[in-house]
Amino acid sequence: MPRWGMVIDLDKCFACQSCTAACRMENNTPVAGPDQTVLGRAILWNEVLPFIEGEYPLVHATMIPRPCMHCDNPPCTAVCPVRATYKNEEGIVVVDYQRCIGCRMCTVACPYAIRYFNWFPPEWPQSLNQHLNPDPEVAPRPKGVVEKCTFCIQRLHKAREKAAAEGRTFQATDYTPACVQTCTGHARYFGDLDDPNSLVSKLAHSPRAFRLLEELGTEPKVYYLKQG
Amino acid sequence: MHPENKNEAIILKPIHRPTTGDRLLWFALGGILLLGLSAWVRQYVLGLGVTGLNRPVYWGVYITNFVFFIGLAHSGTFISAILRIAGQGWRKPLTRAAEAITLFSLPFGVASILADMGRPERVFNIIFFGRYQSPILWDFTAVGLYFLSSIVFFYLSLLPDIALCRDRLTNVPRWQRRMYEILALGWQGHPEQFHRLEKVLDGMAIFMTMLVVTVHTVVSWMFGMTLQPGWHTALIGPFFLLGAILSGTAAVVIALAILRKVYKLEQVLHIGLFNSIRKLLITFTLGWIYMMIAEHLTIGYGNMKEEMVVLQDKFSGTYAAIFWSMALLVFGVPVLILIFKAKNNIAWMVTASILINVGMWLERYIVIIPSEVSPRLLPVMGQGIYLPTATEWLITAAWFSGLFLLYMTFTRFFPIIPVWETAEHLPEFEPEGLREAQAVQTGD
Repeated sequence: MPRWGMVIDLDKCFACQSCTAACRMENNTPVAGPDQTVLGRAILWNEVLPFIEGEYPLVHATMIPRPCMHCDNPPCTAVCPVRATYKNEEGIVVVDYQRCIGCRMCTVACPYAIRYFNWFPPEWPQSLNQHLNPDPEVAPRPKGVVEKCTFCIQRLHKAREKAAAEGRTFQATDYTPACVQTCTGHARYFGDLDDPNSLVSKLAHSPRAFRLLEELGTEPKVYYLKQG
Repeated sequence: MHPENKNEAIILKPIHRPTTGDRLLWFALGGILLLGLSAWVRQYVLGLGVTGLNRPVYWGVYITNFVFFIGLAHSGTFISAILRIAGQGWRKPLTRAAEAITLFSLPFGVASILADMGRPERVFNIIFFGRYQSPILWDFTAVGLYFLSSIVFFYLSLLPDIALCRDRLTNVPRWQRRMYEILALGWQGHPEQFHRLEKVLDGMAIFMTMLVVTVHTVVSWMFGMTLQPGWHTALIGPFFLLGAILSGTAAVVIALAILRKVYKLEQVLHIGLFNSIRKLLITFTLGWIYMMIAEHLTIGYGNMKEEMVVLQDKFSGTYAAIFWSMALLVFGVPVLILIFKAKNNIAWMVTASILINVGMWLERYIVIIPSEVSPRLLPVMGQGIYLPTATEWLITAAWFSGLFLLYMTFTRFFPIIPVWETAEHLPEFEPEGLREAQAVQTGD
């Protein structure tokens, strides 16, 4: 079984937000609109967060793209009362939208605040409405449930089916999440962390590699390469 | 056979046909309850976006209310179970008034959770798919068990008095008499029945005491088990528990004072009772400030970055006004009133109790919100904001009205002072074994 993970090179990221946009189109996340965004209701499975240290002129800014960390030791899944959210056998943390009761204990427990709640039924402006991803696996989620980044798990399923249809063995490189595929600066890497020869596994062991809030022991599978 | 109680007539007097005043009050409270229910329906249709909740403040006033209602519920068990075990005879006249608070606030604790859920119609998933890894399951089990055993405990100690109503209140409407007949379960008041009842209540008191400690501890663990700054502390359990007993006991004072005034029960609910509760309240407020200092000093001295953000926000930031008024309301003012003014003075007792309860609600709020507003990733996410909306306040008002409504309706149909527990003489009971043993001793 592969253990899927991601590496993001902060030296290469220039905060173009194409990952955020690609994620939105791939996963049908609703548009909250400016009013609700101010209230903290925007749903962004992937977000680019500015980390500003110091004050002008001695200022150092780092842009941190933030998908779900898909922790190996996820605090969010432990607290779910109905196992609506769980880590699957390949290490991806997913949500069962049909089972979620909307108690929001997982959103409270996630130290990265990457889990989003559907405060309203999902909505899109007319123009965007025409361009939803037709894949039933990413059908818009109903109001009242929690949703989050899935490493585009629907793409994993498609890649497996495709490999089977073509009569070949599925390779880790067959599967790429939308944010990785679209990344303008080629800052994102994705693959099997358990495969010692994979690029992600090598980069994850780089001396530049670090993870967010590593001290909490959540064992995130998203690694960052420090800005040089 | 019924126990002999010289105050029987006084205690049974409030049970009569509802007056116009009653009806008006029922109408008002029921109206607020209905308004709140319609606000809840609207929230269900439109989505939880009609509240002030957001990311990262996922829990707000509803969860505050949940903790508060479960806290209020600790009054009854404390007075009737813990003091029963401790052999405190003075508790007897106020056991039922206290237990009724327990019984009627628990449903609104549950209702607060339902109001908070994004998908309340899926609540039974907790039974179908529930798993004990989650603190919510601990809550569900503990609160559920607490509610069920409170009903049994309450009902059992009410039985002899229902039978009394059945036999004494002959001029009430037919349906009401029928209700007493059914609910009395054929209680005859035999000495042995009283003996067994006492035995069961003693046993249950031990169980209830364990349960009451568990309930509020697991309520706090809903927060304590997460890694959020300000919540992840072992003290949160005992601190929540002590706060619950404090607000519960203060609520008993308020209820007693109203009952005494409205139903003219001065003779039964004498000033001595208030003086006894006064001592308890002084102890609890002192205990509360002790835990308050212990918790904040530990966090402050440790000086860990994320924890300090929350602490400073409470001490001198966004939440300073609420934090310091909470400290004054729960401790500063009440402790002075209780020590210097409240002895032999019910008005001061009630004032202190109201302050304590308002303060305790704020305390729940101040534990929950500031931690969420400043998540661990604060430097990159920025601080959250939370302003409760009209929907949240309306539902809050409705749930409190519901509590008052249930309470006052109950007092119109059942004696709120336990006649049999406060009786001078219960029907005598001499177990067989005891008689034989005495016979052997005296050599008969």
